[in-house]
Amino acid sequence: MKKIINDAGNVVPEMVDGLVRSYPQYLRQIPDTEAVMRADEDSMAGKVGIVSGGGSGHEPAHAGFVGKGMLSGAVCGQVFTSPTPDQIYEAIKQADHGKGVFLVVKNYSGDVMNFDMAKDLAEVDDIQTKTIVVDDDIAVEDSLFTQGKRGVAGTVLMHKILGAAADQGASLDDLDQLAQAVLPNIKTIGIALHAATVPEVGKPGFELEDDEIEYGVGIHSEPGYKREKIKPSKEMAEELVAQIDKSLQLDSSKKYAVMVNGMGATPLMEQYIFSHDLLDLLKNKGITPSFMKVGNYMTSLDMAGLSLTVFEIKEDKWLDYLNYPVETIGW
Amino acid sequence: MALTVDNLIEWINNFSQKVNEHKDYLSELDTPIGDGDHGNNMARGVNAVQESLTNKKPAELTDAFKQVAMALISKVGGASGPLYGTAFLEMAKKSKDTTDLGELFTAANEGVKKRGGAKVGDKTMVDVFEPLAEKLTQGLLEQSEIDEAVEGTKDLVAKKGRASYLGERSVGHLDPGAMSSGYLFSALIETEGIL
Repeated sequence: MKKIINDAGNVVPEMVDGLVRSYPQYLRQIPDTEAVMRADEDSMAGKVGIVSGGGSGHEPAHAGFVGKGMLSGAVCGQVFTSPTPDQIYEAIKQADHGKGVFLVVKNYSGDVMNFDMAKDLAEVDDIQTKTIVVDDDIAVEDSLFTQGKRGVAGTVLMHKILGAAADQGASLDDLDQLAQAVLPNIKTIGIALHAATVPEVGKPGFELEDDEIEYGVGIHSEPGYKREKIKPSKEMAEELVAQIDKSLQLDSSKKYAVMVNGMGATPLMEQYIFSHDLLDLLKNKGITPSFMKVGNYMTSLDMAGLSLTVFEIKEDKWLDYLNYPVETIGW
Repeated sequence: MALTVDNLIEWINNFSQKVNEHKDYLSELDTPIGDGDHGNNMARGVNAVQESLTNKKPAELTDAFKQVAMALISKVGGASGPLYGTAFLEMAKKSKDTTDLGELFTAANEGVKKRGGAKVGDKTMVDVFEPLAEKLTQGLLEQSEIDEAVEGTKDLVAKKGRASYLGERSVGHLDPGAMSSGYLFSALIETEGIL
């Protein structure tokens, strides 16, 4: 393992400190926690707070999306490990400006349980909260016999939409309805060329041969649905679009937002090459995305690979929310 | 024989020692079916528990259970933090009425099942907690029973947590949460005068 770190056991506090001190115009840290809040207090007055978070290692998610027009706060857990309820609770308290707090959680058992316990703590203080559990990853079957679909890069679109709506004065109930309406229209599928190495573990989460790729991988190096020899970008794009198509039934009469998300160790050059192939494929289906982002938004440490998120925009105001200006590090 | 603040602390110290000794093994068990950090997370938690109990010795059993719960909740993270935290919080609540370990662990098991939504057979810590709470109630807890409960998770298909994404591929691996739960029960057996 080669990493620019000091002590594998201390990566999160050192990262959060470096992040907050590098960008004091956007962020401040809640003392004695790894929770990060918006520096611009005034921008939250009279509005519903939006708090997200999760394990670290997904940077810029989630702290990079804290700022005016997006998240009020983000709680950074240990690497690939959910943050703890006491810290989530601190962020909820600071994000509450009398209108309640909306929580955006990715569908992993740890995140769901820790945010749930934090919610219980907030209720004791009479802080109203509502939660959306994002499960955009279509690689995993949703069934009663598993944890269900995972929350991955599409979560960032949820942050963006809810943040814009909250900034324009949406109530906690409005946000709840909006989140429920948006969620089933966000679908993501990923591929990995190489798994991530957690600093405290020291070796990759799974082994792939030099010429192999894994389809349907999660953002913590969870294995996906199949492993194959590497192919040209165009054929990878075909596979991912086919998977999305099965789930969303792509149609030239509908509007879409598209996000190509790098997993951490894949150069932007390759992400743009993939986008070139992706846009050609969509064009053949008569689709030009109404909104597009390419870059590293929800990474997985040093995993090589990318994910494709497609979001069907069913209401024009959803597109307005995506285009709404924000002041963050990562969007 | 009865549960007291002193032997509770000894029990937790024994548990802590086992987790630290087997930290790498727990993470190793977690690598093929989880994300390889169960040992590190649990070690961080039990070390915080020991620090808490040393800094402030609890006066009552209920306080002791609560201190253990809060240290685990605030330090472990992941799914194990809230699950172990809930187990000890439930024991804290129950300890107001009883010091019977069978009853305490029955309450803990119910709390864990509710928090995580798991039942027996889902390849989780419940596969250790539930049968062993029963053994405690009967006064029949033995190391062989603990080993059997932990080993029993090997042949199960995971239905909860990250391991569940593997489906059938999770068969053949011990559940790391079941293993660490096994240490909690083994630590009881090794604590003189508690059972």
